[in-house]
Amino acid sequence: MAGASKVYPNAKAALDGIVADGMTIMCGGFGLCGIPENLILALRDTGVRNLTVISNNAGVDGQGLGLLLETRQIKKMISSYVGENREFERQFLAGELEIEFNPQGTLAERIRAGGAGIYGFYTKTGAGTVVAEGKETRVVDGQTYILETGLTADIALVKAWKGDTEGNLVYRKTARNFNPVMATAARITVAEVEHLVEPGELDPDCIHTPGIYVKRIIQGERYVKAIEQRTVRKRGVA
Amino acid sequence: MPWTREQLAQRAARELRDGYYVNLGIGIPTLVANYIPPDMKVVLQSENGMLGMGPFPYEGEEDPDLINAGKQTITELPTTSYFSSADSFAMIRGGHIDLSILGAMEVSEQGDLANWMVPGKMVKGMGGAMDLVAGAKRIVVVMEHTAKDGTPKLKPRCELPLTGSRVVDMVITDLAVFARTDRRSRFKLIELAPDVTLDEVRAKTTAQVDY
Repeated sequence: MAGASKVYPNAKAALDGIVADGMTIMCGGFGLCGIPENLILALRDTGVRNLTVISNNAGVDGQGLGLLLETRQIKKMISSYVGENREFERQFLAGELEIEFNPQGTLAERIRAGGAGIYGFYTKTGAGTVVAEGKETRVVDGQTYILETGLTADIALVKAWKGDTEGNLVYRKTARNFNPVMATAARITVAEVEHLVEPGELDPDCIHTPGIYVKRIIQGERYVKAIEQRTVRKRGVA
Repeated sequence: MPWTREQLAQRAARELRDGYYVNLGIGIPTLVANYIPPDMKVVLQSENGMLGMGPFPYEGEEDPDLINAGKQTITELPTTSYFSSADSFAMIRGGHIDLSILGAMEVSEQGDLANWMVPGKMVKGMGGAMDLVAGAKRIVVVMEHTAKDGTPKLKPRCELPLTGSRVVDMVITDLAVFARTDRRSRFKLIELAPDVTLDEVRAKTTAQVDY
């Protein structure tokens, strides 16, 4: 068989030899939906520190990236919303943690640009707000745009529903979110999937992340898949 | 009598049009989904990557892979599609969303919107609000007319950090509705809540608006 296998036995093995102090790490998910649960635990257990983490949110206390905050492994977050985490608030107010807020769509597009080899882009989002401070602006047809630059990372940790041994990934419902763009934007992308399958089992027309972007893949050992805001309606009500 | 939260949502629902693609913010705007007229087709977008949002699930049918931007469990419809965050915001930024209904802390007479941070308080982040106001074709704000301490929220200029500059097309408060035909015009009072007087609205509005 030509080429080394991308498949690793577990999350710990998948991070072995590739993570180090001070790295920039992208982490997929929206809230706790679609987060790489097993890889976050394994990253915590490596003990690496001074991480810059690019993730839309910062987990909640005791779950997701909240685990890496508890152990003080994160130096800086690049996020759009971090409102669900008390430990985050405590560290931020104590000056122990840096935060760079990006509008959510700007964050997604910066990552897309980073993965696509695009230096930057001009966007209306944030024009005339604090987000524009210190950034080049351009006025076209009376509309102000600000220059936002692409983002890349040393490592991306992403989570998909299914993946094959070639690294082709399929996401499920809104657990897709930031995972596919982040998969394109890191030097090494590690994917965890709920179901690892053989080549040919995924419909090639329905693959969301082509395997070229994925260097290592595991089937996650354990999934909690926590719900942050369980909201239901009563039966018999329209 | 000022409008209640439910009545505010009902009033905002009157801004929906058949065939619209709509993004609803968190809080009162979310309630607007309950008042879509049955004969009208409105597709709800959720910026975490979904078009065609269904109602909340029945108990026992919650799916952790299926949430809205407020992280609440929801359901899909036969018409639903899913996409990445980058595609979702391309859709928003690219002007494909007809209407976004959002909450606000302050709106200025020029239509500036402030709804994401209060200096001195822990800042949670702007989420997708700045992208929505920059990209959606029409922005309707739903808010209380005054803050808890009685301070008018429709004011000459925003004191809080902006979410967007000159982006608001309509303001619906618990007392009145203000609209403008384009983003260079002044807001005009177009409706009063039942039994609310013009004098009361004038007294509680510091922005220059047309009456």
